[in-house]
Amino acid sequence: MDLLFHIGRYFQLIRETFTRPERFGLYWKRTLEEVDLLGVKSLGIVALLSVFMGAVITIQTKTNIDSPLIPLYVVGFTARQSTILEFSPTIISLILAGKVGSTIAAQIGSMRVREQIDALDIMGVNSAGYLILPKVIACVVINPFLVVISMFLSIFGGYLAGTLSGLVSGEVYLQGIQTDFTPYHVTYALIKTVVFAFIITTVSAYQGYYTQGGTREVGISSTRAVVYSDVVILIMNYLLTQLLLI
Amino acid sequence: MIEVRGLSKRFGRTQVLTDINAVFQKGKVNQVIGKSGSGKSVLCKCIVGLFEPEEGEVLYDGRSFHNLELEQKRQVRQEIGMLFQSSALFDSLTVLENVLFPLRMFGTMDEAGMLDRAHLCLKRVNIEGKDRLFPSEISGGMQKRVGIARAIAMNPRYLFVDEPNSGLDPQTSILIDNLIDELTAEYDMTTIMITHDMNSVMEAGDNILFIHEGRAWWKGSREELLRSDNKELNDFIFASGLMRKVKDAMKR
Repeated sequence: MDLLFHIGRYFQLIRETFTRPERFGLYWKRTLEEVDLLGVKSLGIVALLSVFMGAVITIQTKTNIDSPLIPLYVVGFTARQSTILEFSPTIISLILAGKVGSTIAAQIGSMRVREQIDALDIMGVNSAGYLILPKVIACVVINPFLVVISMFLSIFGGYLAGTLSGLVSGEVYLQGIQTDFTPYHVTYALIKTVVFAFIITTVSAYQGYYTQGGTREVGISSTRAVVYSDVVILIMNYLLTQLLLI
Repeated sequence: MIEVRGLSKRFGRTQVLTDINAVFQKGKVNQVIGKSGSGKSVLCKCIVGLFEPEEGEVLYDGRSFHNLELEQKRQVRQEIGMLFQSSALFDSLTVLENVLFPLRMFGTMDEAGMLDRAHLCLKRVNIEGKDRLFPSEISGGMQKRVGIARAIAMNPRYLFVDEPNSGLDPQTSILIDNLIDELTAEYDMTTIMITHDMNSVMEAGDNILFIHEGRAWWKGSREELLRSDNKELNDFIFASGLMRKVKDAMKR
């Protein structure tokens, strides 16, 4: 019953979030601020993770190839496929759920316990729309760019690790990343990213928006935001893969 | 004028308000007093629509608030100004931007007109030269005054003030009380002040409602309050030594 209550209230919040904004100009300004806070400021961690993720995939793939029948370009091929299909869209989204999700829940939760959301409601402002919609739009727009950057950096990280360690030559690695390339896989990855961005922002905003109590509860909401976003992302990852790849 | 008819509210199994009936008059500071936990803040939140009551209705100049559509409720709310106990200023906005916020959201003026109005409101509450400071950079008393400036920015018809003196020194409290009193008369608003501060009651109370155990226990004026023989009211009013001395002096 409790789960059904939360699901119902979550969709009610989504409906309120997507009602017509009072002033488009103000929402636009807030959306740009959120693009900077939630997107641009996440670029560093995304870049760092991606380079090392690609490097590790390359090294692990090479060290696990025992058979001389398997050509070496498979290392590049595997690095590309793993990165595009799973690591960049899903792992980066899980990381962003930690960084962005906790920020959103803490920010909105603090506003709730300090009566700032009540102040918005009493002014006649649609508080859900004003606070959540710019964050949803910002993440849905910016996260695909972050993931595309992550894909390039991860594959580049694999190249660096492969060539610098001497496990695979640059030429062979480049041959691998060009072998049997299916552009639809990038589309699939971007569809997943958009869905995950929506989940991160709305699930985290839901946790923050309905925070009750004080600073301790804000912390709890932040933790819940990350955990629940991650769980929903993993379930949706499975469903989307089933729907889009099979 | 705001009228409350038969309002009841409970949270789970706890009955917080029972059959509250009250009329809050226009142009006056109407006070809701009572002990902590008596239900006065819940009453305030029911009146402004932050809580949905189980029974009863609230009429804003004849408009039954809880029966209105969401959009109509939002329109009524644009006629409401509220000062929260915590001031509830937006941390990420400066003093000036806080006052400009409702104007930018709903105002029909151009930017210069909005700036003039915001400066006028800040001047009215004696805040000048603090435009660019953030709420965390000003004192609690100043935050309350900025909160009042934001509340009156849209020329509200109804003003709600929740515990305006909490955390303030007696001198600043009196300044805030007087300011609310003056603004109520100046803007001809229906003001509802929630308080348990007896100094506020003595400074600004025109029409007083005493809430006890979630019920409207007593209603009357400031003068009637001091002469009432209602036991629960007397226990609350004359709890402090100072107020008991006032009562003894009155008897003499």
